[in-house]
Amino acid sequence: MTSTTSGPEGGGATELTRLTASELAARLASGEVSAVEVTRAHLDRVEAVEPAVGAFLHVDRREALEAARRADEDRAAGRAVSPLAGVPLALKDVFTTTDMPTTCGSKMLEGWVPPYDSTVAARLREAGVVILGKTNMDEFAMGSSTENSAFGATHNPWDLERVPGGSGGGSSAALAAFEAPLAIGTDTGGSIRQPAAVTGTVGVKPTYGGVSRYGLVAFSSSLDQGGPCGRTVLDAAMLHEVIAGHDPMDSTSIDAPVPGVTAAAKEGAAGDLRGVRVGVVREFSGEGYQRGVLDSFRTAVETLTELGAEVVEVSCPHFEYALGAYYLIAPSECSSNLARFDAMRYGLRVGDDGDRSTEEVMSLTREQGFGAEVKRRIMLGTYALSSGYYDAYYGQAQKVRTLVSRDFAAAFERVDVLVSPTTPTTAFRIGERADDPMAMYLADLCTIPSNLAGNAAMSVPSGLAAEDGLPVGLQIMAPAMADERLYRVGAAYEAARNAAAGGALIDRVPQLEVAR
Amino acid sequence: MSTISRDEVAHLAGLARLAVSEEELDRFAGQLDVILDAVARVGEVAADDIPPTSHAVPVTNVFRPDEVREGLSREQALAGAPATEENRFRVPRILNEEA
Repeated sequence: MTSTTSGPEGGGATELTRLTASELAARLASGEVSAVEVTRAHLDRVEAVEPAVGAFLHVDRREALEAARRADEDRAAGRAVSPLAGVPLALKDVFTTTDMPTTCGSKMLEGWVPPYDSTVAARLREAGVVILGKTNMDEFAMGSSTENSAFGATHNPWDLERVPGGSGGGSSAALAAFEAPLAIGTDTGGSIRQPAAVTGTVGVKPTYGGVSRYGLVAFSSSLDQGGPCGRTVLDAAMLHEVIAGHDPMDSTSIDAPVPGVTAAAKEGAAGDLRGVRVGVVREFSGEGYQRGVLDSFRTAVETLTELGAEVVEVSCPHFEYALGAYYLIAPSECSSNLARFDAMRYGLRVGDDGDRSTEEVMSLTREQGFGAEVKRRIMLGTYALSSGYYDAYYGQAQKVRTLVSRDFAAAFERVDVLVSPTTPTTAFRIGERADDPMAMYLADLCTIPSNLAGNAAMSVPSGLAAEDGLPVGLQIMAPAMADERLYRVGAAYEAARNAAAGGALIDRVPQLEVAR
Repeated sequence: MSTISRDEVAHLAGLARLAVSEEELDRFAGQLDVILDAVARVGEVAADDIPPTSHAVPVTNVFRPDEVREGLSREQALAGAPATEENRFRVPRILNEEA
């Protein structure tokens, strides 16, 4: 059942789901629509397209409408409300929420309702943002396709036979299917940017420490970073300002003012990049890159030049070692972090028959509760950290991390931002890389260096690949604590691309068959 | 540099408290081998004089005010437990002795 009731202005509920968050914010502020209407329109859209897309693991209609009602009341009473109050959002199921289960896409946490809210969830609620539900993801955020979810794959709205990227494929698919105008993701090696690229949406990994990790179920603590996702750069900026900022509950949280990203996005949209120095990363090109991806990237660089940016080629010679370093560091940290799933205090317990020992129950539970990729990474990390191998693997990887950071530092002495394709290929088919872990890992080739170095990075749609008609993303990277540069350059590029193409890329996403 | 044996995988699984089937041992041994071969390249560039980085944004001694506040209630703490008894987590036997 889908509602097609018309609003007073003749704009149907369907139309509300096509609006951007900033457009919705303006209509909510003027009183043209209510948060309840906006939320109901999105919930109806969710109901209609979820059988095809499968972006959500959990939708809470009653709570969402209740939050919308509160946003309307606050606004009517003149209580100070954030610009995004009443705007719906899809939350990745890796952030704890006291009113909804938090599963991380794992059987280990099936049905688990956490006893506290993550800081991100708490800040969204405080701002009056309406959380529609929790989105699907690769189990514990390990993967690049969302196929590793214990609860089934999510389908890319551009082509339902293809993956929506990962690990945050639920969030990216929800945006591309117009189920929500905003979403939250987490990015450990590219899990916000790569899904954004392959679904024609915008995703930002803020500077490490920019958004609190409190209540973000940890995969690799030195790399994990929550961030905003949207269909436009401005929407991502507005959401960025809601969730970012110092949190005493996260000791790695940066104690400094949040960069003025919304102002930067608005400035950028004016389309003047004179004086901005842009570096093209020489190493992110060539073998393994799809032709349509490289073509789209080349065109994007030309656009940046036309906007007045000074474009130069920059070499980052150690980036080619980043993938290897990442697949030692992340599994090592994961093997330690996931030790907490011990079947004793929360989550799954298997085989407790009164006879088996704690250790046996623990092993059986972890065998049945974790999927193959999680097990592979736990074992890889256990290996890399074990005595005799530590220096050769984990120790060396940490040194490469230093070298990658030095490459960035040298590059950012010459340029203000770096650019590259976000991912070497467009969305691959569901199942295509499922049995080949290394092929899957290559999807994060271009995104990983920014996680290792902790700097800020964004993916913004750059067009469709000629050979398959699927979206391509432009990656923009900025120094740590200079997140506003992403938004300025991203918004300028987005505006120019949309003007040249005669509209936003996302408007070309195929109509989904809607269940009625 | 690598070549990880089936026995090593079994040992790692034991260290990580993962029960693994015979079939999984074979599959994981092959896959871990491929992955380790690919990532071992990190050894090519990391010279002795390069300091390791454990964290991108180094911070030390982060404190917050030591203030008394409400923690989780007993009910909240036990709410997600697989088994409880007398308001405590109930765990399987931890000693190897005869009952």
